[in-house]
Amino acid sequence: MYFRLGLSFAAVICATVAVSEEVKPTEVLFVDGAVEASLSGQPGDPSSGADIMNKGAGNCIACHQVSALAHLPFQGEIGPPLDGVADRWSEAELRGIVTNAKIMFEDSMMPSFYKTEGFIRLGDEYTGKAHGGGEVQPLLTAQQIEDVVAYLVTLKE
Amino acid sequence: MKIGAWTAVAMLGLTSVTLAQDGNTLSIDGETIVTEAVAPAHLENLDTIYSGWRFRTSETQALQIDDFDNPAMIFVDQALDLFEAVDGSEGKSCSSCHTDGPEEFAGLHASMPKVVDGKLVVMEDLINSHRQDVMGAEPWKWSGADMQAMVALIGLQSRGTPMDVTIDGDAAPFWEKGKELYYTRFGQLEMSCANCHEDNYGTMIRADHLSQGQINGFPTYRLKQAKLISRHNRFRGCIRDTRAETFAEGSDEFRALELYVASRSNGLHVETPAVRQ
Ligand code: HEC
Ligand code: HEC
Ligand code: HEC
Repeated sequence: MYFRLGLSFAAVICATVAVSEEVKPTEVLFVDGAVEASLSGQPGDPSSGADIMNKGAGNCIACHQVSALAHLPFQGEIGPPLDGVADRWSEAELRGIVTNAKIMFEDSMMPSFYKTEGFIRLGDEYTGKAHGGGEVQPLLTAQQIEDVVAYLVTLKE
Repeated sequence: MKIGAWTAVAMLGLTSVTLAQDGNTLSIDGETIVTEAVAPAHLENLDTIYSGWRFRTSETQALQIDDFDNPAMIFVDQALDLFEAVDGSEGKSCSSCHTDGPEEFAGLHASMPKVVDGKLVVMEDLINSHRQDVMGAEPWKWSGADMQAMVALIGLQSRGTPMDVTIDGDAAPFWEKGKELYYTRFGQLEMSCANCHEDNYGTMIRADHLSQGQINGFPTYRLKQAKLISRHNRFRGCIRDTRAETFAEGSDEFRALELYVASRSNGLHVETPAVRQ
């Protein structure tokens, strides 16, 4: 309920002043694991998305193979290859999977990239120390999620 | 510097690759080491357990089949010297009391950790309690070079013996605690030991070939770090990599986890000191 209100409110702003509100990690609305609207309110940039596939907190290649990124060494085998993934899933479904895969795939090992609460012994990045207690940043920002989704929808066979 | 030593060692190893075995059978100086066994009955999700040796490249494997090539043996030699060295206020060495040498400890490693007087003790505890209580010497740091060399020397006395830790009786509550830790999804990446080492062993995660995370070869010589790595240091690294707050080396959590992980190795031969990437 609350989420829906939040969204329609954002939509109103959008329509009137053409400035969009970012959806907070705690306020994402999932429908059958999918997320309809852009989290940042902006379109994604597929080339930035391709970069995120290979680096930082994204690092999708650690677990997935992508033939279109064959120049990147050491592609992992934990998850299915992402070739043709846009034939299998809609944009909204892909956004849902990247946002929080555990909603589409129960108990998935895939990290939840746009989530900020409910962790056990949350650390301060890769230091092994406890998180400082300030605001928790999701693994990817709303715009980075959009960029990755924009890249994934190009993966057609 | 470290890289230099590493390469030199790797080159030594390469010369013996031609003599290497089929990648499935580990025989060290004529002694066969079991690297694959029927999973112990308590393991519900695995049928077969494998030593981490099976998941390494033939170059890394080769370093372990001949003690002359095994870079960990330098540290074992140092531990032999430490065993003889007088230290502490009582003017004693380990050999003052253990007059038969480290051979006296044959089989001990295979049964560790174990419960003594209601407390779960690991090898590092035994060594430090002797240093402090009977020698009057300073305790060694958990993952320090001296400590892990001594753990390796004592472990080597059990090489070729099947791992056989006790999980019932006094050990049961510690084992349950360790099991719970093994299946807890820690950190911002929300991953448990089982996610990687039970559900996905044999696959690649980025550049790493995942093993079952067995500890029958510890302390292991890691080529990347050019030193002996303790069990708790390895646990710490694996938890840190999930973007979690890890536990301390020597913590009760890691003692319990060590017991549980050791019990997953029950049936594999002790390989100490193993060589890993
Ligand atoms: C730790 C490993 C891991 C990482 C890292 C990872 N994934 Fe996944 N992913 C999986 C697994 C496992 C599945 C299979 C779903 C399941 O859990 O049953 C999956 C499924 C998917 C799917 C559905 C694929 C299909 O064909 O059905 C997509 C899309 C996807 N991941 C995208 C990504 C993206 C994009 C990233 C990086 C931002 C990423 N993954 C990072 C493990 C991972
Ligand atoms: C003052 C004599 C003394 C000294 C010095 C000493 N120990 Fe011991 N150690 C003993 C005795 C007695 C036992 C058997 C009783 C026991 O378990 O405490 C023993 C047992 C052990 C055990 C086996 C425990 C078991 O459960 O089977 C280990 C391992 C050990 N010592 C290691 C060492 C090391 C390593 C040193 C040197 C750092 C050392 N000890 C120095 C007297 C000594
Ligand atoms: C994200 C995946 C991941 C998780 C989660 C993980 N590990 Fe590991 N672990 C690795 C990788 C990669 C290696 C190095 C390659 C190998 O041996 O699997 C490794 C190695 C090990 C080794 C060394 C094995 C050997 O033969 O040298 C042990 C022991 C180990 N892990 C235990 C654990 C324990 C206990 C946990 C849970 C606290 C854990 N790991 C969680 C990825 C992981």
